[in-house]
Amino acid sequence: MQARQTTVDPAEIAKFEAMAADWWDPKGKFKPLHMMNPCRLDYITNQIGGQFDCDLTANGPFRGLRILDIGCGGGLLSEPMARLGGDVVGADAAELNISVAQIHAQQSGLSIDYRHTTAEALADAGEQFDVVLNMEVIEHVADPLTFLTACRRLLKPGGLHICSTINRNPKSFAMTIIGAEMIMRWLPRGTHEWSKFITPDELFELLHRAGLNPVDRKGFVFNPVTWQWRLSVRDLGVNYVTASVKPD
Amino acid sequence: MDNPEHTIILQSMTEQPHVLIVGGGLNGPALALALAQGGKRVTVIDALPQDVRQADEFDGRAYALALASQRLLSAIGIWARINDHAQPMLEIKVTDGHAGRGPSPFWMHFDHAEIEEGPMGYMVEDRYLRRALIDAMAENDAITLLDGQSVVAQTVSPSGVSVTLEDGIEITGDLLAGCDGRTSGTATRAGIKRSGRDYGQTALVCAITHEKPHHGVAHQFFMPPGPLAILPLTGNRSLIVWAEKTELAQQINALDDHNYLEVLRPRFGDFLGELGLEGKRFTYPLNLTVANALIAERLALVGDAAHGIHPIAGQGLNAGLRDVAALAETVILAARRGEDIGSIQVLERYQQWRRFDMATLVTATDMFNHLFSNDNPLLRAGRELGLGLVNALPPARRAFIREAAGLTGDLPRLMQGKTI
Repeated sequence: MQARQTTVDPAEIAKFEAMAADWWDPKGKFKPLHMMNPCRLDYITNQIGGQFDCDLTANGPFRGLRILDIGCGGGLLSEPMARLGGDVVGADAAELNISVAQIHAQQSGLSIDYRHTTAEALADAGEQFDVVLNMEVIEHVADPLTFLTACRRLLKPGGLHICSTINRNPKSFAMTIIGAEMIMRWLPRGTHEWSKFITPDELFELLHRAGLNPVDRKGFVFNPVTWQWRLSVRDLGVNYVTASVKPD
Repeated sequence: MDNPEHTIILQSMTEQPHVLIVGGGLNGPALALALAQGGKRVTVIDALPQDVRQADEFDGRAYALALASQRLLSAIGIWARINDHAQPMLEIKVTDGHAGRGPSPFWMHFDHAEIEEGPMGYMVEDRYLRRALIDAMAENDAITLLDGQSVVAQTVSPSGVSVTLEDGIEITGDLLAGCDGRTSGTATRAGIKRSGRDYGQTALVCAITHEKPHHGVAHQFFMPPGPLAILPLTGNRSLIVWAEKTELAQQINALDDHNYLEVLRPRFGDFLGELGLEGKRFTYPLNLTVANALIAERLALVGDAAHGIHPIAGQGLNAGLRDVAALAETVILAARRGEDIGSIQVLERYQQWRRFDMATLVTATDMFNHLFSNDNPLLRAGRELGLGLVNALPPARRAFIREAAGLTGDLPRLMQGKTI
C-alpha cells in the first residue's frame, strides 16, 4: 500500500475483528445496534426517499440507486438497503467483518458488494455513489475531517450523506460509557473513547468544511419503559444523526 | 452470481417478500388480503377443498364482529361484500339467570348510543364471510391459493422457511403464518407446546327464527350450567350459543328439533314470541388451549392457533383479527425498512404487541366462565352486585361498551380505520 493519509486506527480494527462473529446475534454483543436498527432505518429510508423521490410503500423503492455503507460491520444496514433494491457496496476496514457480512448476505440470498477497504481508497479509485452512509462510524475514525472529505468525493452531485454518532457531554458519557458499556454490558468496555465524540454543532461545522451541505439533524432516543428507540426533533443529547447533500 | 440475469431475478424475488399462510379459515385469508394490500406475495395453503368453503346454505354458524373487526374488514375490501348481510348490534343486555326460573332482574345494559363510534358490532353468518374472503383472494394476483392440500413438513433456514405438501411440492417463503386453529400443526412442527384445560362444557349452537323482532339487541344470560347468548341475525332470526355440562349437552343434542326447542325455550323466556329452528345444530367441546409462544424462527401464530379461548364473550374471531391486523402492520412496516420479515427481531415486535392483550383475554374469559358457571350463593351475590354497580356507573358502562366494540388497547392501524 502506498504511503498516504489514512483515517484508520489499527487498534480500533483489532477490537472489532474480535467481535465480528457476534454481529448477527440479536441478543449478543451488538444488541444495542439491533435494537436501534428499526429507528435508524426509518430515518435513512425517509431521507433517501425524500431526496430521490422514491415511493417507500412500493417494493424495491431504491432500485437504480448506488449506495455505499462505510463501516458496514456485519451488514446490518447493507442488507436492508439491498432488500429495498439498492445497488449496495459495503466497506469495512476490518477484514473479518467483511467475511461475516459476505457469508450472511449469501445465506440471505442478497447480492451485496462487500469490500475490505476504506473511504479514502474508494474515493481515490474514483467510485461514485448516490448515497453514502456513515452510521456509528465517525467516532471511531482517527481524523473526522479527512474522512468526511473522502465521503464528499464519493458522492455524485446532489448525492445524500447520512451520518450518525454520539454527542459529547456529561449525559452521553453517563449513558454510553457508564450505562451501555459498564452497567448494562451491552457493549464491550473500551468500545468507545469519549474524547472522540462530536457535538452536533461540531459535526455540522465539519460537514461544511468537507464541502457538504447539512440539511437535517435528529436525535435517536432510547425509551427504557418500552425498550425501544425513537426519533426526536429536540433531544440530540446522546445519539444523533445528520443528513447532508453534496451541492451540484 | 456471474450471470447478470440470474442476479436480477434473485433481486426482484428478494425485493418482494413472500409469506406462506397455513389455514384457509377466516384469519388466514384475512391476513393474506392485508399483506397483499401491503405489496407482499402470499401463498395460502388450505387443507379443505374450495367447494366445501364455498357452500352456500346456512350452516348455523355466525360471528359477532366487534366494531374494530368491521373496520379491519372494510380496510381489506371485505366489508362492502358482506354489508347487506350484516346485522348491527345496537344494544347488549347482560343478565344473571337462575336455573329453571329464567333471567333474574339484575342486568347490565349497554347501548351503542353511549359511544360515538357507532354500533358495537355486527352479526355476520359464516357463509357470507367465507364467500367474500374467497372471492377477494381469487381477484388478487398477489395471492395464490392451494386448496385441499395438507402440510406434511416444514423446515427453517437462514434464507427462508419451506413447507412440503402431501403431494411432495415444496414451497419457500420468508415467513410462515400458522392460522391452522386450536390443534395447529404449524405450531407443533415448530416445537411450540400448548397449555390449557378442558372446561367440561360443550357449546350448543343453532339458529332460530322468532315471531317478534330482536331490535338489534344481543342478550347474554349467565346460567349456572354455563352461559347462553342470543345474538341478532338479519330478519327475525337469532343465533343461540349455549353452554352446558358436556354430558347434558350430548343428551340435549340427541333430542329431535321439537324437544330441543322445548329444552331451550324456558332458558330465556318468551320475549321473542314463538320460536323455530333454522338450519343445522352444532356442538363444540369447550376448552382453553394457548400456545406457549406466539413466534418461532420465521413463524408467527395467529388466531386460535395462538389462543383458543372460551366463546363466553364471543371474542375468538375478534382476537384473531386483531392478531391479523398487528402481524400485517408489523410485517409491512419491517419490509418498508428493508428488514428481514421472518427475523426474530421483527417477530418479537408482533409477540410483544399481542402478548398482553392475549393474556388479558385468556384470563378474563376463563375467570368469567368460572365465576358465572355455578350456583354458589356467595359468588352469585357478588356478581349481582358487580353487574349492578357497572350498570349504575356510566363511565364503567362506557368502558365495557368500548371493550365490547374492540376499541381498547394498542389498536393496530387497520382497526383504527387507517391504512398501513
